[in-house]
Amino acid sequence: MIEFATYPGDWVIVLPVVLCLFGAALLLVLRFARDFHLVLTLAVAGSVAACDLALVLRVLEQGPVSMTMGRWLPPFGISFTADLMGATFAFAAAVVTLILLVYLQMDAPDRAKRDGLYPLTLLLLAGVSGSFLTGDLFNLYVWFEVMLIASFGLMVLGGRNLQLDGTVKYGFLNFLATTFFLVGLGLIYGLTGTLNMADLIGIAGTVNPAAMASVAALFLLAFGMKAAAFPVNAWLPASYHTPPAAISALLAGLLTKVGVYAMLRTLVVVLPAGRDVLEPVLLVVAGATLLLGPMGAIAETNLRRALGFLVIGGIGATIAGMALPTREGIAGSAAYILHAMLTMTALYLTAGLVEKLTGETDTRKMGGLYAAVSWPSILFFTLILAVSGVPPLLGFWPKLLLIEAGLDASGLVAGTVDWAALVLTVILLGNALLTLIAGTRLWSHIFLRSGPEGPMSETPNPNLKPLTSREAWLGVWPVSVLTLIVVVLGLWPQPLFELGFTAARDLPEPVRYVEAVGLPEAGP
Amino acid sequence: MDYAIAALSGVFFTAAIYLLLSRAIIRMLLGLSLLGNAVNLLIFVAGRLTRAVPPIVLHGETAPVDAANPLPQALILTAIVIGFAMFSFLLVLAYRAYQSLEADNTDHMRLAEPEGGPNPPLSY
Repeated sequence: MIEFATYPGDWVIVLPVVLCLFGAALLLVLRFARDFHLVLTLAVAGSVAACDLALVLRVLEQGPVSMTMGRWLPPFGISFTADLMGATFAFAAAVVTLILLVYLQMDAPDRAKRDGLYPLTLLLLAGVSGSFLTGDLFNLYVWFEVMLIASFGLMVLGGRNLQLDGTVKYGFLNFLATTFFLVGLGLIYGLTGTLNMADLIGIAGTVNPAAMASVAALFLLAFGMKAAAFPVNAWLPASYHTPPAAISALLAGLLTKVGVYAMLRTLVVVLPAGRDVLEPVLLVVAGATLLLGPMGAIAETNLRRALGFLVIGGIGATIAGMALPTREGIAGSAAYILHAMLTMTALYLTAGLVEKLTGETDTRKMGGLYAAVSWPSILFFTLILAVSGVPPLLGFWPKLLLIEAGLDASGLVAGTVDWAALVLTVILLGNALLTLIAGTRLWSHIFLRSGPEGPMSETPNPNLKPLTSREAWLGVWPVSVLTLIVVVLGLWPQPLFELGFTAARDLPEPVRYVEAVGLPEAGP
Repeated sequence: MDYAIAALSGVFFTAAIYLLLSRAIIRMLLGLSLLGNAVNLLIFVAGRLTRAVPPIVLHGETAPVDAANPLPQALILTAIVIGFAMFSFLLVLAYRAYQSLEADNTDHMRLAEPEGGPNPPLSY
């Protein structure tokens, strides 16, 4: 029985969400004091990052932390529960948002700032943090919708025809996805009578397995749509390149990863039996997504659309980790999500710089940037290597874990060959190769070739617009900092492994998670 | 009663999916709104439908067996509010897109993904 007030240190679990919501409300109230907006937004995002860091340290020290709202005891009240995976992702989201806010000063037109750019950014951060930290399925749905409505606003801000077109597709398909999630929620409540994830872990095994498997299938469809996994990925390349670069970086870095995170949470933790039934589907989806992503990127001429396809390829890698039933697989998935959040954001921001420098979005009309400004090309090349998983950089370690998982599951050592896992391992390697081809092609078209495609390709590009010193300062520095984080985390991957292996220990056997929420008996 | 509402929910789902398969934005919007109501009915049934048994537990009693569970009704209220907000946003967006792009047919909204798009970059 909870008899005393919540220990002040526990408030760090809800503070990221509370601060963002308060900040956004305050910005709306002060909508005419526009000089004040940036400072306040930076202060709020900074304190959210600080709270998330405190939460990560606390979770490292004492395992998962939980807080239940109101005076309702755990299975009834809405719980916020943070384990190391959720807390780290929330921290990464806050850091990425902070860096983006600086970059936005270069990128966003004044009109967007007037129309509520900052409140929407804070609301998006609230939705993302809430999804990472909540311990209740219906609450997860609510945070998804908060995130969704904020991203609609951000995507359409500015109202160019291109953005309207992209937002229509993005809006319809993502709203449809959350509705499917709601169907699953309704069924799971009808079957078990609870929506608290920790409570569900114990109950899910005791009800009709066929019904639970269909709920798991609905969750897979809903979160697969949010994450842009293969057959339901069409909305991502149709919409992510339409808003300004900084905003598409924010969406590409955070939103699809929340989808995969929710998939890990529901399929691996809450409904493991459903995951076992769906394993063939997961294998096919992962393999197809892994191949489709980089092949789309190779065929694409619009720079940010090509990057959108690389995002899809990364989603395939995280789903591959869920399809391979070993600890390395889960560890690889969790580590890959962190890697993708940081690296893809940095890559989109660099693409924004490139578009600013060339005034084009089509790679065939670009060229000669390496001769003109070398620093963005070095950043872009480093990030491309990180995305494809070239050794000392961040992308290598999650892929290493995934391939180790694939080799373990394929049973080559033991002698009994599991062909599906073996094929998936080969596809993972093929994905790395194809991503490298797509990335280096982009690099050589944009940076190395002297001029645009065609007869003029060997003469220096006459259309380059050098950055003003303000643009260079506000644009190049944030990207450099983010790239530095990618490089440093690649050279010292210990935190990444800590995250991965803690997730691998806690997700399949969530004893500590259930204990933290305060439910008496763990498991059936 | 449960069976009737469950069947009604199924009819709603069918009509919603039929409308969503259309290419006209307005029909798709109607489909989404029907789909939301189908899901609300589904959650409603999940909480048992009974008449005239209040779900109130007096001190010292155990929960009444036949009472409808009030929690799904709270969930539906939340879902209605959220669904309404989304629906109104998409409605305004569709109208604006109709004004600016002069299209309410998704086949004609190809600005972000041009039809017969360019070939992949062929030369270095």
